[in-house]
Amino acid sequence: MALGSRAASWWARLLSPGPGVVPRGPPAWLAVGLAACRRPYSSGGKEKIDMSTYPVESIRNFSIIAHVDHGKSTLADRLLEITGTIATTDRNKQVLDKLQVERERGITVKAQSASLFYNHKGVKYLLNLIDTPGHVDFNYEVSRSLSACQGVILVVDANEGIQAQTVANFYLAFEAQLAIIPVINKIDLKNADPERVEKQIEKLFDIPVNECIRISAKQGTNIEKVLEKVIEKIPPPSFNTTDPLKALVFDSTFDHYRGVIANIALFGGEIEKGHKIVSAHTKKRYEVNEVGILTPNEQPTDKLYAGQVGYLIAGMKEVTEAQIGDTLFMHKQPVEPLPGFKSAKPMVFAGMYPVDQTEYNNLKSALERLTLNDSSVTVHRDSSLALGAGWRLGFLGLLHMEVFNQRLEQEYNMSVILTAPTVPYKAILSSAKLIKEYGKAEITIINPAQFPDKLSVSEYLEPTVLGTIVTPQEYIGKIIVLCQDRRAVQKDMLYIDEHRVMLKYLFPLNEIVVDFYDALKSLSSGYASFDYEDAGYQAADLIKMDILLNGNPVEELATIIHCDKAYATGKFLCERLKDAIPRQLFEIAIQAAIGKKIIARETLKAYRKNVVAKCYGGDITRRMKLLKRQAEGKKLMRKIGNVEVPRDAFIHVLKRQPDK
Amino acid sequence: MGGTLGKRGVHTGDPGGAHKGDLGSCTWEAGGAHLGGTPRGLGVAPGGLHTLRGGCSWDPRDAHTGGLQVGLHVGVPLPHAWGCWGVSAPCIQQGHPQCACHEPVCNWEAAGGVPRVGPGRPPTLTLCPQWPYCRKHCSYCSFNKYVVPAVDEAAVRACLVREARTLLRLGGVQSVTSVFFGGGTPSLASPHTIAAVLEAAAEAAHLPAGAEVTLEANPSSASPTRLAGFRAAGVNRLSVGVQSLDAAELRLLGREHTVDEARAAVEAARGLFPGRTSIDLLFGLPGQSLEAWARSLEAALGLCDDHLALYQLTLERGTALEARVRRGALPTPPQDLLADMYHTARAVLAAAGFRQYEVSNFARKGALSTHNLSYWRAEQYVGVGPGAHGRFVPWGEGSQQREARVQTPHPDAWMREVQSRGHGTRRRVALSPLEQLEELLALGLRTDEGVTQQRWGRFSPQLPLRAVFGGPGEAMALQQQGWLLLDGRGLRCTPEGLAVLDSLLPALLCQLQRTAGTGGRGTEDAGGQGQEAAGAQGPEAHGGQGMEAAGRQDTEAAGEQGTEAGRGHGP
Repeated sequence: MALGSRAASWWARLLSPGPGVVPRGPPAWLAVGLAACRRPYSSGGKEKIDMSTYPVESIRNFSIIAHVDHGKSTLADRLLEITGTIATTDRNKQVLDKLQVERERGITVKAQSASLFYNHKGVKYLLNLIDTPGHVDFNYEVSRSLSACQGVILVVDANEGIQAQTVANFYLAFEAQLAIIPVINKIDLKNADPERVEKQIEKLFDIPVNECIRISAKQGTNIEKVLEKVIEKIPPPSFNTTDPLKALVFDSTFDHYRGVIANIALFGGEIEKGHKIVSAHTKKRYEVNEVGILTPNEQPTDKLYAGQVGYLIAGMKEVTEAQIGDTLFMHKQPVEPLPGFKSAKPMVFAGMYPVDQTEYNNLKSALERLTLNDSSVTVHRDSSLALGAGWRLGFLGLLHMEVFNQRLEQEYNMSVILTAPTVPYKAILSSAKLIKEYGKAEITIINPAQFPDKLSVSEYLEPTVLGTIVTPQEYIGKIIVLCQDRRAVQKDMLYIDEHRVMLKYLFPLNEIVVDFYDALKSLSSGYASFDYEDAGYQAADLIKMDILLNGNPVEELATIIHCDKAYATGKFLCERLKDAIPRQLFEIAIQAAIGKKIIARETLKAYRKNVVAKCYGGDITRRMKLLKRQAEGKKLMRKIGNVEVPRDAFIHVLKRQPDK
Repeated sequence: MGGTLGKRGVHTGDPGGAHKGDLGSCTWEAGGAHLGGTPRGLGVAPGGLHTLRGGCSWDPRDAHTGGLQVGLHVGVPLPHAWGCWGVSAPCIQQGHPQCACHEPVCNWEAAGGVPRVGPGRPPTLTLCPQWPYCRKHCSYCSFNKYVVPAVDEAAVRACLVREARTLLRLGGVQSVTSVFFGGGTPSLASPHTIAAVLEAAAEAAHLPAGAEVTLEANPSSASPTRLAGFRAAGVNRLSVGVQSLDAAELRLLGREHTVDEARAAVEAARGLFPGRTSIDLLFGLPGQSLEAWARSLEAALGLCDDHLALYQLTLERGTALEARVRRGALPTPPQDLLADMYHTARAVLAAAGFRQYEVSNFARKGALSTHNLSYWRAEQYVGVGPGAHGRFVPWGEGSQQREARVQTPHPDAWMREVQSRGHGTRRRVALSPLEQLEELLALGLRTDEGVTQQRWGRFSPQLPLRAVFGGPGEAMALQQQGWLLLDGRGLRCTPEGLAVLDSLLPALLCQLQRTAGTGGRGTEDAGGQGQEAAGAQGPEAHGGQGMEAAGRQDTEAAGEQGTEAGRGHGP
């Protein structure tokens, strides 16, 4: 889901266009005396930091969490500056939001972390800023990142106040029992109202007003105070170097030269080059090649100790070998794996096809390269009679899907057809025969073609999410109507101050995957914010709807929908098809049907006259070009019975409407 | 026009003396109405004298109307040595880097006499001179036309004459069967200019006395005096651009004449060209109702002679009318209303005794326009003037491959080119045998006679019409649905099919491409060499015209240099 883009961030101006590209130059604030740009990995020859000089008592592990565009990255920049982190290490930093898509959208997709060194009251502190993805699509990754922390900085915009994502992020931190430092950012803005925001925080999160720090990350106001609070309020990790090695993998990236680089947090023991380690999840054994800290680029160290955060390279070939949430331990010294590990579970599926089938192989290799860095995308080969060979991809959520698509386009220059997203339904089978066939009673349905008949099913299930909406009160009426229209059930409604309301609704996931966010934004003039979290499955009255052209079903247009939505969806699809199919020599009935029952119909009239009026000397060349193009197009048409349907018509109907 | 002239300067030579070709073996008139028997001369060799033996009539037309002069035509020696056409083809085949007219080995007789390829030397063509100027822009017109304060008519005339001469000789034909002065507004030209072009045609080829010579006239420049002048110049048919007989519609179209002027012009034309006056009408104007159209038709029937052309208005991008419709200032005529208008017109005209011999053309008492028919029969035509289009075999260059040609659109650039090298051909694209068949199909099916077996056979002797469309496939399905007919006469649309021809053609083209692709060796033979005509490979060699040439994708080979280079690299 698009979360809107924000003004070009500070980073956007400084960072190079994409991964693997040598940066153009040093950051502006480091301009003096900085000439050479080095690749991130070329840190050889540099004196290694002795990590043993940082005992657990002087370590603080924390995250910054915020609603999109509330200033998380800007605050991180200031923290890096004030601690001299960037100035004391390599200059060619591509920290935090380094993907083009992140900079354009103002979101963090791929978390980056950094170790900061800070002297406070004569003590040398090691502050590990563990970045998190900024959206609940990456909820699981956020929770893993947070589990490596003992505290968080909760950033809230002094103008916008608490937003949906602020709430979601707060509860993630709260449930993880982390120390929370509320920070009110952008106090320099004309419309800033920090008092109101402090009251919201008190009301919603039960944090006393006087604990909030008012800052302007942009202008650098009160940043020192934030660092002081981090040291004072966040407890040091309570792990022992003498314990056996226990390391949490909280992120991983793939490097074409060095393989997988796993970001780890040490919950016990120590680790160095040459150690033999084992993954609790895969049980595979590796030898450690390199360890180090992130500053924010990798900087090798001799060792890492309990409580510290850094990276590890150990000959892992694929990111699936370093899954987020996995625990690493010393060979022959197994430990209890850290709780909470689970494999990525796709929540939204969409078909992806090359615009031009000759691009299939290029797209395939682009997909392979992109999934190297994103193991949470599931990829299954698929093919459609209309759209050709392609894939069915599973994503963590809508934003994830969009980001993935955008990265394909921007980083690999691939233009693709992405079909409207669908969600994974389930069916509880009642037919003994089918249960035997599937080997289980509960099956997951991704493709409408696999939809089992009602007669052999005791119950259909659909995925749900708990949605949080924060809005100025004047839009409540419209938003409630929108939510009811989307079959949502209200769970909570709370005034967080005299003007703002927080609504909680249980939504069927498929009701929000297509255009809910756009609808919400447009009816609230952009003021309402939305976020959601997984809420399991619920029973639902699902049916399969077919689309017929002159009585013949069009396989690729069959959909699974809730019976309440059948008429509206059927009508919508028929209308859209009517616009997309060209008139032909005979009348075409476009129908939506459930079983044998027709629920919607549009009629496309036959051509009565289409011959071009003039065709003389000068017109002939132009005419022939057009005719030949039409003849070529005809060869590519999909025939449904005697009806010819151009590929564009399928694209028009199946394609996701881009968010505005 | 040949490749040699640029370098050799004046060439008055004779490529080997008088050529005697025995054309008895020529299969040109395969199955056509052969009226031959008389040895006919072939009068276009420059400085040479070609005589023919045998019974080939050289007449491409299905219905020979006679009147062709028989005998020997002596070619006019050209100041520039155009005359190596008979030689260059064998020369190319032998891989000579240049066409050396003087070398005996290149003599066509030495190389085996008349090229035996394909349909032989096309004998006739039609001429389409364009007068590019108008007094005013009409709101719907997207033609290549120019409104200028003053026209240097003498210069334009000289260029039209010169280009007509060059291209007719390049076409190397025996006679010009019809001439159609289009535009622009050709009735703005003086009768003297019309006469000069006709004289040039008669001189360069042969213009039989009875050949149809049409002039497009706007009512605002069609006074009886002018029309009489045109008749004296050699015009014998008039096409009057009436467009509408409703004052409001004329204003919408941006015409400069009134209804009364239109009526007066038609009446004057009928007086001077009885039985040979046509009027043009437009329908499907934004806001026009079916009733209004029916009234217009009725009025037109009361006014017209024996020929009517009814055109559905096409809203062309770039015109003022289209812009107004796109902006929503005027309504888009609904599809179904346009169909009703068309079907109404067909019914009304049929009742009045008119034959719809083409999609938009209606005639009674046999007053069909032979010139227009020749387009739809895919015959040869030479376009002369700015932006004019042509389709012919540049036989005079030694090629046997039909080409699509376009002349430089802007009059000033065109004139400079004509003055510097005798013609303003901007683009020439060789048409492959398959492309020729595609055009034949797309054009022929617009007529009520359709594509006849004979005509098809002429373009494709090896792969008859039935072999392409007789078997199971698109054409058969369309026949069964009642849109198309294939029988001993040929392939044609039913009256219902004609109205939806644009839906039939893509299917038929698919079938043609499929069949010609597998069993179409015959069609290759029909067209002579492969697809790459020598000239079509020439580089963009325009000298001072380079800028205008830029941006064109198709090969430009307008200049002599281009042609020369093309030959040098030829197969």
